[in-house]
Amino acid sequence: MIEMHVRKQLEGVNGPITLNCQLHINSGEFAALFGQSGAGKTTLLRMLAGLTTPDEGFIRVNGESWFDSLQKINLKPQQRRSGYVFQDQALFPHLSVRENLAFALPKQGNACIIDELLAMTGLTGLQQRRPETLSGGQRQRVALARALARQPSVLLLDEPLSALDSDTRLNLQDEIRQLHKTLGITALMVTHDLPEVFKLADKVFVLDNGMIRRTGHPAAVFAERRGDGRMHLPAEVLENHTDGITHTVTVLIGNQIVRILAGDDATALRSGDRIMLQPKTFSPMLSKLH
Amino acid sequence: MNYDWQPLLLTVQLAAVTTAILIVLGIPLAAWIAHSRARVKPLIETLVSLPLVLPPSVLGFYLLLAFSPQHALGAELRDHLNLSLVFSFEGLVVGSVLFSLPFMVQPVQSGFQGLPPSLAEAAYTLGKSRLYTYMKVLLPNIRPALLAGIVLSFAHTVGEFGVVLMIGGNIPGVTRVASIAIYDEVESLNYGAAHFHAAVLLLLSFTVLLAVYILNKRLQPFRRLV
Repeated sequence: MIEMHVRKQLEGVNGPITLNCQLHINSGEFAALFGQSGAGKTTLLRMLAGLTTPDEGFIRVNGESWFDSLQKINLKPQQRRSGYVFQDQALFPHLSVRENLAFALPKQGNACIIDELLAMTGLTGLQQRRPETLSGGQRQRVALARALARQPSVLLLDEPLSALDSDTRLNLQDEIRQLHKTLGITALMVTHDLPEVFKLADKVFVLDNGMIRRTGHPAAVFAERRGDGRMHLPAEVLENHTDGITHTVTVLIGNQIVRILAGDDATALRSGDRIMLQPKTFSPMLSKLH
Repeated sequence: MNYDWQPLLLTVQLAAVTTAILIVLGIPLAAWIAHSRARVKPLIETLVSLPLVLPPSVLGFYLLLAFSPQHALGAELRDHLNLSLVFSFEGLVVGSVLFSLPFMVQPVQSGFQGLPPSLAEAAYTLGKSRLYTYMKVLLPNIRPALLAGIVLSFAHTVGEFGVVLMIGGNIPGVTRVASIAIYDEVESLNYGAAHFHAAVLLLLSFTVLLAVYILNKRLQPFRRLV
């Protein structure tokens, strides 16, 4: 279980912002931190890992205090049992895949876990390779396995899939989902990809300008309704073409491109907009996501 | 003709000792400069880089004054450590260390700065101490920079003239290194001996640098990820 309430003054791209966030994540839950870049997502994750120090507040994981400004507690990153997957993977270039994982073991660590993790992430055949000889997806698997090798109490993922092509991305999302199910570890993932939130997260925190605006199940947060028996597909607008009366909106659903005819309600849609797609009797209805 | 190997041996000896001391002092200093946000950092950087722009004779002159027994530092060293740094091999070592410091610090510093910060942070989150991370993650990943620093320090000490002349003088077997010997031989119109020293220095420098570039090319693929 992660409980945190932290405050920090940040120098953002558009001037100073105050990060002021309260998070509660239950044991075994997969949570997502969603928001635009510069909203403070990565900073929050770094605070959990002990790589950035909050100005004030507290961080408690499974009842253990990792940071508390009142009691002057601030555990070093080494003392916090967190598995951190960096956006750039941060694999050690001079070590093989296996050595990268073994690096995470404590001195009297049991090497069995390395073999287990290699097998789980499908890296057994690549264990002697150097990171530079691997593909982006394989490198990300190594980073994930290495973060888990220390048997952390929380898994922190900083946009781990953002640099991958969409097929690899979808495969890895499935693998992360599976791995999370198997290990039952509490996880927090930073992402700005909506479909990813839907696919992986039990809970989402929407971060905007340093504040958490909404919290809850992704479907409840983004579509404001759930359980009405209808299909909801998160999608991204690629192109909105109008001939004056009707709009032809090209959208990306997962890795499928679909062209949809829409009326006046599509006027405001621009490429890059996140939308929710609901099929109606004859044609799908589009509604813009908040 | 009988060649005198003494100055060349002394040169190599001086360069080796200087480089060894610079490995111990210069690499941690480079790491500190690369990662520090201390206010005194610009001052330290300036002091480290000074030998790059100062004429060697300026450094040599001040060291000569500082080390002379008439001055406080020189007197202290003589009285308490029984050490005379003027016109002695030890003095040459101190002068060379100061003079070659930027050649060790600067490549290693930019090596450290070229590493993504996430590399060290990843090691910390995996439970490893700062020292362990420095030894096992940072140093192995700046091997080309380390090699460059070591070779440049060595080569620069071999090529030293002004500082050595000022604080070492020209004592055969003690402070008479090859570069001084060449000057000395030319002055006494002994061109044969000058040629010998000069040719050996040229060959030595050429071989060392060539070896570095070949080695560096081999170490290169290593940096692709960094």
